[in-house]
Amino acid sequence: MSEYIHHDKDRVSVGVVAKQYFSFAAPPGEMVLESGARLGPVVIAYETYGALAPDRRNAVLVLHALSGDSHVAGYYSADDEKPGWWDCMVGPGKGIDTDRFFVICANVIGSCMGSTGPSSMNPATGRTYGLDFPVVTIGDMVTAQRALVDHLGIDRLLCVVGGSIGGMQVLEWCVRYPERVAAAIPLATTMRHSALAIAFNEVARQSIMADPNWNHGDYYDGAKPALGLAVARMIGHITYLSDESMRHKFGRRLQDKSDFSFNFDADFQVESYLRYQGRKFVDRFDANSFLYITKAADYFDLGKQHGGGSAVKALSKARARFLVISFTSDWLYPTYQAKEIVKALKKNGRDVSFCEIEAEWGHDAFLIPGERLPMLIRGFLERVHHGGAE
Amino acid sequence: MRYDLQIIASWIEPGSKVIDLGCGEGDLLQHLISNKGVQGTGIELNEEKVARCIEKGLSVLQGDINEEVHDYPEGRFDYVILSQTLQQVFQPDELIRAMLRMGRKGIVSFPNFSHWQIRLQLLFSGYAPVSRQLPYQWFDTPNIRVITLKDFRRFVHDVGLKVLKEAAIDTHTQDRYGSMVQWFPNLRATYGIFMIGGSEGA
Repeated sequence: MSEYIHHDKDRVSVGVVAKQYFSFAAPPGEMVLESGARLGPVVIAYETYGALAPDRRNAVLVLHALSGDSHVAGYYSADDEKPGWWDCMVGPGKGIDTDRFFVICANVIGSCMGSTGPSSMNPATGRTYGLDFPVVTIGDMVTAQRALVDHLGIDRLLCVVGGSIGGMQVLEWCVRYPERVAAAIPLATTMRHSALAIAFNEVARQSIMADPNWNHGDYYDGAKPALGLAVARMIGHITYLSDESMRHKFGRRLQDKSDFSFNFDADFQVESYLRYQGRKFVDRFDANSFLYITKAADYFDLGKQHGGGSAVKALSKARARFLVISFTSDWLYPTYQAKEIVKALKKNGRDVSFCEIEAEWGHDAFLIPGERLPMLIRGFLERVHHGGAE
Repeated sequence: MRYDLQIIASWIEPGSKVIDLGCGEGDLLQHLISNKGVQGTGIELNEEKVARCIEKGLSVLQGDINEEVHDYPEGRFDYVILSQTLQQVFQPDELIRAMLRMGRKGIVSFPNFSHWQIRLQLLFSGYAPVSRQLPYQWFDTPNIRVITLKDFRRFVHDVGLKVLKEAAIDTHTQDRYGSMVQWFPNLRATYGIFMIGGSEGA
């Protein structure tokens, strides 16, 4: 996912929030991962917004995508320049209304934004994990989130919601812990990556691993594989946009010049934009985390993991009500993949709503402020909150 | 709510499971949920209308009814409703059969093409009839089929199904008011509403 972090146009915000940490699975009680490897202790960075109701039935878990973090909304201080990554959706009176719901967002394991990942210290060696960090899956991320939800004393989540890789976690939650999810909103997501999606991830990973500074993942004491990670991010960015949005945003316009430079500087605005996004990303994200999380997304296959190859069988375990959403110009997770989710849910007789939102922004559309998505989410949450559990 | 939808609503047992094919902005579903405690869902092609439904808290899928009807388990619904849409369907027999696979009973409403005004228009003007119920010219109409009450009864019989209930009504497309037509319905009704079921009596 890209960053579209702007101040709310009406200045509505949850205000100042703080990142919190929850630690569990200390040895010898390590978490056993899907690969069979053991991981512990595990730290999860998370944030909460709004108040938990006395009956503990108003909790909404937001799940972030590849490069996201626990900071879904609000500011870290009064003079913080940037709000959280989904500030347009989460806040007082917004699509996910913090006046009514207790919103939780946790950084996934394997990431580098506060939760345990390859850039954390390995207690066994006293050094940074690097590639000694075990490969984690979407299932492992969800298992870790469940430990946090237990810790917060929440028996049943009103809703799990997320886009892209966050949407994969939504689906995983519904199948892995069906009795703990009343409603689910998978956005711009899929039950498994297409070869096209895996291909882009692989090129991005190769770019990181080809950087001499990557040094087989052992770079924490020296120079970072900044060039490799920047190119990986540039590749990602292309897949988040669309032909139409790029035509509108850049066309063939030149950057700060009236003619070609006849060298290999950034001539076109689109080149300049991608270079800028790449550079900016290097400052805040760890290259190894990029490898681990993209791998988890590529491995994700709901039907294979939970239904012996059948998505219908996998989703037969789900008990939640669903709102599935896709976007017309999203070619990374096209509408046909959302429809496969809908079809499997229908075959199981589940309560499912589906809307394909007309949007030119490609895969990133779910992050961009607009009217339609918050209204849909608000209406759906209203129903599941009042209608009670099925 | 439209008069024909009021009649349809009156036929539905409280607490039943209902799906409305081509549910528009969900007026009928909302009415049935609030007044009859049904479990309701709908299918609608238009994104704007789907969004209105979901915003209201209805369970609605965006999609083409001809395709979407095929994925439901057999007997998932008590009633499958198709109101004022049959005249736009490419393969009515397939759709009706799918309706009665996914549901126990089907409820179908459509404009009656054998209304006396339509007959007179064709007879005296010589042009393809344009009425308040079918307000289009031959070249811009979404209504690719013309159906009469008699046609539909025969069709239901021919595809091996049974008419369980029927009403002939006199009302206009979006009108909240109307009346039941007792005498010469095929001549005087603007719309027909039929409840159909499997031939074994459903």
